Amino acid sequence: MNLGAEAGHALAVCVAAIFTQNILLAYFLGLCPFIGVSREVKTAFGLGLAVIFVMTSTTLLNWLAYHYVLEPLKLEFFRFILFIIIIAAFVQFVEMAIERFSPFLYHQLGVFLPLITVNCAILGASLFMVIRDYSFIVTVGYGLGSGIGWFLAIMAMAGIRQRLANDRIPRGLQGPGITLIIAGLMALAFIGFTGVLQGQ
Amino acid sequence: MSPAGGPSDTKKLIVEGLWRNNPIFRQVLGICSTLAVTNLVLNTAVMCVALVFTVSLSSATVSFLRTFTPRNIRMMVETLIIAFYVIIVDVLLKAYWPEMSTNLGPYVGLIITNCIVMGRCEACGTSNPPKTAFIDGFFNALGYTFILLIVATFREVLGMGTFMGYALPYFGTPAWDKWIIMVMPPGAFFMLAIVVWIFRSIQIAKEEGVK
Repeated sequence: MNLGAEAGHALAVCVAAIFTQNILLAYFLGLCPFIGVSREVKTAFGLGLAVIFVMTSTTLLNWLAYHYVLEPLKLEFFRFILFIIIIAAFVQFVEMAIERFSPFLYHQLGVFLPLITVNCAILGASLFMVIRDYSFIVTVGYGLGSGIGWFLAIMAMAGIRQRLANDRIPRGLQGPGITLIIAGLMALAFIGFTGVLQGQ
Repeated sequence: MSPAGGPSDTKKLIVEGLWRNNPIFRQVLGICSTLAVTNLVLNTAVMCVALVFTVSLSSATVSFLRTFTPRNIRMMVETLIIAFYVIIVDVLLKAYWPEMSTNLGPYVGLIITNCIVMGRCEACGTSNPPKTAFIDGFFNALGYTFILLIVATFREVLGMGTFMGYALPYFGTPAWDKWIIMVMPPGAFFMLAIVVWIFRSIQIAKEEGVK
């Protein structure tokens, strides 16, 4: 495949990862923080940005590690451990770097970074990239698209939940219950994009 | 939880894991990686067996090593222990049941980041003897399993008209209009919400009855 076609494919994968194949609403990844940290728009925004950044970078790092280290050594089964270590190390490194260089950014994102290490969406994106056998350029699109998709979903959820604060919800449904129902409705809406993307 | 391992303590652990502190409708932890496979009962069952295996054994291992593990790196050690058991499951599945391995896709590997595994290791494994940690992990995972099996049963029967792949008398015939939405992602969210709602309401009613 030449570079142009490759880039086109990457764009298609990116758009699909944001809407129809949304990693949260279609693959259920990253649900724990989605339910736990979606009470306020401001925190959701910080966490969402951190996810976009970490997801894009770690899928790339993991792509390199998988294709240049694990495959030549025939150690593919070792990928779970390697990916987790790379993600944890990367997050730790970023945390130290922004603490040193940008106190403002650290104040905004600092608390969310450790949370991200255990976010299954991050590991999930890397595993999907291996299973679907994406090339390097497509992986860039996929990581970025998945991050943006997750960001959009948690922002929308936080916005809706802020409005729910004063509503009278049955007691058994409060908290996680109502969040799951809203997530279901959002998933329906995102599936509606399937028709738009069928041209590809 | 008391460290002594008497029979009454075991019973308490069982009640805690299955009902009072159920991972799904009380703690709402770790639903990510397993919800995705609840469209078929068989996939869910295999996934849950893998989860029971991982949670109970990694919690016991963490507990076994708790006196040798330095506190500040314990999260890393726990992750590696969990990853070790998940790799065993993954390799076994690939070798003996390749179709199932393809069906489950990345979700077996995602057990590593399933919060419930880490949660049990942290909450029980780090402060209790191996036997208690094993029982605690085992019954928490079972509490998780039974909720997901309920969700999976409804999704498969209503959405596909089958159970474990076999056509059912009424639901498998054209008389039943298949609810396609139940097989799609939104169906999982709705179904889980309903299950959480019902179980929480029962719990709330019971607690108020006690008072």
